[in-house]
Formats: sequence, structure tokens, C-alpha cells
Amino acid sequence: MEIANLPDLGPIASELTLAIGGMALLLLGAFRGDGALRLVGYGAVLLFGLAAVLVIGQPNETVLGFHGAIIMDPFAKFMKVLILIGSAVAVIMSLNYLEQEKLDRFEYPVLIVFATLGMLMMVSANDLLALYMGLELQSLALYVVASFNRDSLRSTESGLKYFVLGALASGMLLYGSSLVYGFSGTTNFPSIAEAATGHGMPLGILFGMVFILAGLAFKVSAVPFHMWTPDVYEGAPTPVTAFFAAAPKIAAIALFIRVMMGAFPEAVAQWQQVVVFISIASMVLGAFAAIGQRNIKRLMAYSSIGHMGFALVGLASGTAQGIQGVLIYLSIYLVMNAGVFCCILAMRRAEGMVENIDELAGLSKERPVLAFVFAMFMFSLAGIPPLAGFFAKFYVFVAAIDADLYALSVIGVLSSVVGAFYYLRIVKIMFFDEPAEPFEVPLAREVSIVLTLSSLFTIFFFVHPSTLISLATTAAASLSSGAVAVVGH
Amino acid sequence: MEDLLLEYLPIIIFMGISGIIGLVLLVIPYFAAPSKPDAAKLSAYECGFNAFDDARMKFDVRFYLVAILFIIFDLEVAFLFPWAVSLGDVGMLGFWSMMVFLGVLTIGFTYEWKKGALEWE
Repeated sequence: MEIANLPDLGPIASELTLAIGGMALLLLGAFRGDGALRLVGYGAVLLFGLAAVLVIGQPNETVLGFHGAIIMDPFAKFMKVLILIGSAVAVIMSLNYLEQEKLDRFEYPVLIVFATLGMLMMVSANDLLALYMGLELQSLALYVVASFNRDSLRSTESGLKYFVLGALASGMLLYGSSLVYGFSGTTNFPSIAEAATGHGMPLGILFGMVFILAGLAFKVSAVPFHMWTPDVYEGAPTPVTAFFAAAPKIAAIALFIRVMMGAFPEAVAQWQQVVVFISIASMVLGAFAAIGQRNIKRLMAYSSIGHMGFALVGLASGTAQGIQGVLIYLSIYLVMNAGVFCCILAMRRAEGMVENIDELAGLSKERPVLAFVFAMFMFSLAGIPPLAGFFAKFYVFVAAIDADLYALSVIGVLSSVVGAFYYLRIVKIMFFDEPAEPFEVPLAREVSIVLTLSSLFTIFFFVHPSTLISLATTAAASLSSGAVAVVGH
Repeated sequence: MEDLLLEYLPIIIFMGISGIIGLVLLVIPYFAAPSKPDAAKLSAYECGFNAFDDARMKFDVRFYLVAILFIIFDLEVAFLFPWAVSLGDVGMLGFWSMMVFLGVLTIGFTYEWKKGALEWE
């Protein structure tokens, strides 16, 4: 016996860092006791930074690892950096909230680290089993953080709902995977692609693909698999909602793209109609259902459903340009989302957090800067130029029009107009309504830093958009060009 | 395709047999077994004394905790047996993979110990 066949660990360096670091933080917390939240939290942020450095240091080409089960390419690099930023911001935003709400247990950052580890594996998955491993690691950690406020009925309810429905979605995804495996004889994405093209696509693979699509649509909370979203968003603690709305969505969309473009590249005609449907349904429902919401977190839930619909517009086009649009969309959405939730975290009175949008009345008199920033985010989410949100929508719709998806684009733009109504209503409440009781003044230092950075990005994105766009172009090109892969062990 | 399906034939046969046995055992008592119910037979079973409470009562959530903690190590053993038998074939990579797995489990165990999950009170 010799130490042979050790797989090349290079492509998963960032995942290894998070895994080992996460366990170290768990032990640190266990030995230091419950006062260790800040220590473990900053440790987690440090880990995310280290992992991001390792991701950026990866070569700019396609590298396969673990006999083709793991893939590392510029697309994965781009998505992983986004996810790591989202997770780090989520931890930073949470610390003060958790202390104020007496939820300061060190498990929170550790769970976020493990969820992020699962997300990174999802992004790098090149095999149905690797996909499922990553997805479950992510989901199990998320179920727990959803019910992190375990003494609150709504929080535990949200965790339980998320778990039951998530398990159902995982079941559908597994059923689809088993069908695909049964009819293609392989779980590896490129091999599935070959099996699906050889002599027409077997019906079983088509069925399996649709089931996998349904499971993934649940994870991105696209209509008609969106029912869990408003309840989970409303019940979970606010920083957890902020986290849910960003990093896991990005990972799930990345997985969506990877499966569709990697395993079923020749079946565009088949999956395109499904993606077009869920995209239209999500945009329309996101626009109309949010109108009646008075709770800001439920409103953001419907808003995120709508935004996932817009992101899927890019995927529906099935071209590199479309993927580029999705990447730009997700980057900008991540920043806007962090900013909006910082503003929501500011909605605090002496008696605790308030979540009704009427509580924002007259915010411009009491806190003009906060109201201005909040309004900018609302304009940006509605997609009004020259804010960042406009460019996000612009690139996906250009791609859709270039792919001749005119109906999709027209419905998308129309629903974005409808959606503008509820975003602008918040602006109206803040600026033109009679002032309500003022909020507690000091916003935690780390939250205001996140708020400042995200608002600067949102407002001044148009000055220098080229860096992000060229990065997204490289990432999207690596996915669809079928670049020659460097095969490791 | 035919050969592939034929390989699964024994499974179909087994599923059929198990289904039939299950059904038969369920149906036969209706016809064959004598049925003379009395109060003692119909009441809930308690060992040694008459039943004094409903069987559907709340019980301590800590039982679940113990059960969950048990399952983890139960599964560990389920993995260890095939690993031990095939150690000669899986080589050093297999050996160290299991060591990593045990290491991860040990970290989880240390955590639950420090958190006091193993103490009843």
C-alpha cells in the first residue's frame, strides 16, 4: 500500500478552507461558550475572505477534479466570489441584531459557513451526486438558521415549512436524477450531454430533466414553486432573511445554469420553454402579489421572486450573452439586497423591530439620509436609470431580444412597470406621509458601513460599469465555449 | 437495453414475492383467525398492571435528542464494517478518507459534549 491516487485538491482549495475553518470555529465556540459570537463571527468573515482569495487565485481556465465530478472555471470563480461576498455581508449585518435580540449564539456564523460551503460545492458541481451533496449541505444549514429564533413561533414555523417543502423539492430533484441516470447510465454532466445527443433525446432523460428543473426552481423560489418564500422570509430573523434573499439564490441560479448548459446543452429547445414559463410566471406574480403586502419582509419576498424571474430571462435566452446578463443581474441584485435589508434593520424602536411599511411614514423628516438611501434602493430595484438596477435588467432583456424572445421581453418590461408601483409607494410613504414615531437612532457601525458601500455602488455603478461587465463576459464565455478542459485526477 | 432490464429481473421478483407475502399475511387472519374480543384484549397494553392513561401522551423532547445522537454513531458503524472488510482493496486513500470522516464525527461529538447534550439534567 502506498499513498497513491490522492486526488488533486487544488480546485477545491476554497471549499477545504471553509470546511476545516468551519469545524475549527465550531470547536472554538464550544470551548469558549456563548459569549463567543463576535469572535466566531469575525472568524467566519475572515474565512470567507481567505476563501475568496483562494478562488481568485485559481487559474483562468477550466479545470476538472475528482474524476470530473468537480469543475472549476471562470464562471465558477465569478459565482463563488459573489456568494462569499453575500455570506460575509450577511454575517457582518447579523452580529448586532443577534446581540440585541438575545440570540447571540456562536452557532449562527458556523451554520452560515457550512451553508456557504454547500453553495460553493453547488457552483462547482459537474456531476449529479456532487450537485446533490452541495445542495443538501446548503439546505440543511439553512433550515436551522431559518428557525434560529427558536422561542418565536413564527421563526420555528418558517424553519419547519422550509424544511418540509425543501425535502419535497429535494425528492423531486433526486427522482429526476435517478431517471437521468437510468436512461443515460452516467451522473457526469458532459457524459449526460453526450447520451442526450447521440440518437435523439430519450423520453426518460427529458422527464428527468423536467423533474430536476422543478427541484431547482424550488431552490430559486420561482413560480410555481414559490409558496414557501413569503412565510419563510417573514418568520426568519431579519438578517437571516437578508442572507436567504442573496447568497443561496445566487448559488441556485448558478446550479440552474450549470445543469442546463452543462448537462443538457443540446436540449435548449426543450428546457427553454419551461424556463420561459417560470420566468414569466415569477415576474408577473412578483409584481402583482407584492402590491397587497404591508409587511416589508413579505414584500421583499415577492420582490425576490420577481427578481429571480428577471434573472431567468437571461438563462431563457440560452446564449453566452444571456448568461452574462444573469451574472451582471445577480451581482447588482446582491448589492441592492444587502442595502435594502440594512435599511430594514434600521426599522427599530425601543420595543423592538417593526416590519409594517406604514411605520416608515415620514422617515424623510426624521432621518433624511436614511430615507434618501432607502428611496434610491427602491428606485434601483424598480429598475429606474441611472441606478444599478436599470443596468441589471437592461442586459438580460437585450439578451432575450437578441434570442428572439419578444413575448418574454415585453411581459418582463410590463411587469417591471407594475412592480415599480409598490417600490414607489414605499418612497411615497417615507417622503409624503405624516411622520410616525421615530426609529431608534444609532445604526450599528458595521451595518452602516455595509449600507454606505452598497448605496455608493448602486448610485455610482453607471460611472464605471466596464469592470463588472468584462468579468461577466469572461465567465459566461467559459461556460458555453466548450473550452478544452484540463483533466486532473 | 434488454440485458440491462433483465439484470433487474430478480429485484422485480423479490418485490412481487414480498408484496404477496405481506398481503397474504394481512388477509388470511380475516378468514382463518378466531376473533373473540374482550375488554382485556382491546385495551392498551401495559406490562404488569391495568392501563391507566392514554397511550398518546407528550413526552420529553430530550428522547429525540438522544435518538438523533445515537443515529449518527449507528451510521458510523454501518460505514465502518464494509470499510474494515475491504481495507485491503481501498488502500491508503480509503484508509485516510475514513480517518477524515471519523475526525469530522469526533468534532461533532466534542461539540455536543461541550454543549451538554449528553447530560439528562
